[in-house]
Amino acid sequence: MAQEIMEEMITPDVEGMECVYQRPETLLDARFHYCPGCGHSVVHRVLMEVIQELAITEKTVGVAPVGCSVFADRYMGVDMQGAAHGRASAVATAVKRILPDRYVFSYQGDGDLAAIGTAETIHTCNRGENILIVFINNAIYGMTGGQMAPTTLLGMKTSTTPTGRTLEIGGHPLKITELVAQLPGVAYVTRQSVHTPNAVRQLKKALTKSFQYQKEVRGTCFVEVVSNCPSGWKMTPLQANAWLVENMFPLYPPGDLRTPQ
Amino acid sequence: MADIRLMKGNEALAEAAIRAGCQAYFGYPITPQSEVLEYLANEGRKRGMIVLQAESEVASINMVYGAAGAGARVMTSSSSPGISLMMEGISYIACAELPCLLVNVNRGGPGLGTIQPSQGDYFQAVKGGGHGDYRLIVLAPSSVQEMADFVYDAFDLADKYRNPVMILADGALGQMMEKVAFREYDPKDHMMVKPWATTGKPSTRPPNVITTLHMLPEQMEEVNRRLQAKYAGIQQQEVRYELLDAEDAEYLVVAYGLAARIAHRGIQLARARGHKVGLLRPITLFPYPEKVLKSMAKRLQGILVVEMNAGQMVEDVRLAVEGRAPVQFYGRMGGIIPSPDEVTEALEKMITTTVTHPVEAD
Amino acid sequence: MAKGAVTFDIETCKGCELCIDACPQDSLQLSPNINAQGYHYAVLVKDNCTGCTNCALVCPDAVITVYRETKKGKVPVARVTNVTENITVTLTDERK
Repeated sequence: MAQEIMEEMITPDVEGMECVYQRPETLLDARFHYCPGCGHSVVHRVLMEVIQELAITEKTVGVAPVGCSVFADRYMGVDMQGAAHGRASAVATAVKRILPDRYVFSYQGDGDLAAIGTAETIHTCNRGENILIVFINNAIYGMTGGQMAPTTLLGMKTSTTPTGRTLEIGGHPLKITELVAQLPGVAYVTRQSVHTPNAVRQLKKALTKSFQYQKEVRGTCFVEVVSNCPSGWKMTPLQANAWLVENMFPLYPPGDLRTPQ
Repeated sequence: MADIRLMKGNEALAEAAIRAGCQAYFGYPITPQSEVLEYLANEGRKRGMIVLQAESEVASINMVYGAAGAGARVMTSSSSPGISLMMEGISYIACAELPCLLVNVNRGGPGLGTIQPSQGDYFQAVKGGGHGDYRLIVLAPSSVQEMADFVYDAFDLADKYRNPVMILADGALGQMMEKVAFREYDPKDHMMVKPWATTGKPSTRPPNVITTLHMLPEQMEEVNRRLQAKYAGIQQQEVRYELLDAEDAEYLVVAYGLAARIAHRGIQLARARGHKVGLLRPITLFPYPEKVLKSMAKRLQGILVVEMNAGQMVEDVRLAVEGRAPVQFYGRMGGIIPSPDEVTEALEKMITTTVTHPVEAD
Repeated sequence: MAKGAVTFDIETCKGCELCIDACPQDSLQLSPNINAQGYHYAVLVKDNCTGCTNCALVCPDAVITVYRETKKGKVPVARVTNVTENITVTLTDERK
């Protein structure tokens, strides 16, 4: 047995201690369906934390995609719309146009945003719609069982690239965020991750800034989160995060790609 | 005197939409209805309407979904190929029970087809071109005046039933100019409170969610039951049609939209030659006027259905009549507009070939 | 070093081990016991937690609550509540 585990301190004595961190109230009281270790629910929590701290719950409308996060409305304690696959940014565009004083975000996976929804993504950003797009890039179609996504890396095995993605099978991984960063209508484009505590802190800052920019009507904010998919990649959560750093970051380097002038 | 204007069908429809308090239009150019987008881009924007030319009809219909879900009175318009692209979105809108106006200015198909008028999208409009059991309320104008009038009715029906409503016109009705007077209509008297809309969650209620995902089949069946009950209610209360020269009719023509106007002229020619022919013009294609057809069929020698397609509504006529009278079809396809004489000829052919049978007493 | 503690909603934990890896003090381990979902849940096994919140930040299931000893003598004077758009801050004096 590894180092002898002390008697489980299930309920440590917290007398005289102050609670410094807890689950945000804007996160609905429901168990996440996500696989153990999945980055999606971390982003859900951070997003809801930001909305709580900015006290904009009453003024926020979210749009969920089709994919693993199609169930986002079970967890996000704000008014939500479920969009057809790929169309969340079009739905969000219309919600924002109708309710310009509300904070509107779309939350999408890589298949939703960069495959079927590419046209909506490019044109929403090109129009500079004043919304936040949260883009979870885990380089695979999780919900449908691990198929190749536009952002799947070359050589990466998926259920539709069983011997690894090759140029012949599916071309190059699509760096949609770099594409979007070229569009003048976009105010803020950043690539984040949630694989370490610090990365999560950075994501929180990026999301907070995005809502601030939205309030100042600066244009579209586009926050990509390079995330893991333990089930799809067939790794443990820790292995997946290590693999992500080693293989995803070289192609999808975190950092700001565009900030408002 | 109401201000009477000479306008194209597309523009009359667009003007009526502004007057009906439509808050947003999302669409994409396609002949023969781009004037709707153009008119609204000019006049609509001037008078406070949100008008967005989207990157595709797919984006447009999903913007309609978003705006309707946010509680706005919203519309889109397109023509046949574009409406096909909208089918998935329409199925979502019907499932989420979102009120909106869809306009299809039908053009010759299938495929890229032609820009000439056609009624080839009847099945798509009435039987559901998208997936799942859903229905659109479908209004079929046959004049520029009705292109305008049906906009108000469509928005009111959409809100009343929380259902998408389609105006099924065609290229001719969209492009031709006729006199039109605009109805007295104050949108404020027609605006509905929409507590279900996603406008931002106050602390006093749980989040509003507009969704069409119901993973549990029991839940999905419940949604379907609710929809079917709504459609049954619409079938009972919202049927609209026009009957012309039908009192003494031994034969009846059934036609809608442009085909009805042409058929009516053909009927007058046939009457001049002593044939007792009437016209039934369905105005709502869903809900279909089955009852009147069923009740008349018993005393008719024959029914001629006239359409600008290969024969679609004729099936609904046969369903309604259930063999009580012979039903024949005359149509032109591909965007060809039949002439009145062709209808008269088809009528005479039917009259001479159908064996006159004793008519059942009422 | 500040003194802290963490509690886990052990029934919701999925045993993904991310918190264990994130903890700078190695004070967390997966319990040999399993919860109703069949996962070995994470638990505090040493009392050297500093309440740094690393574990809670990376937790995909938001099951971790973090506590930290308040500095001796310094009682929090005010708690900012319901900060709204125009930053109206209501001060409540904790000592009452």
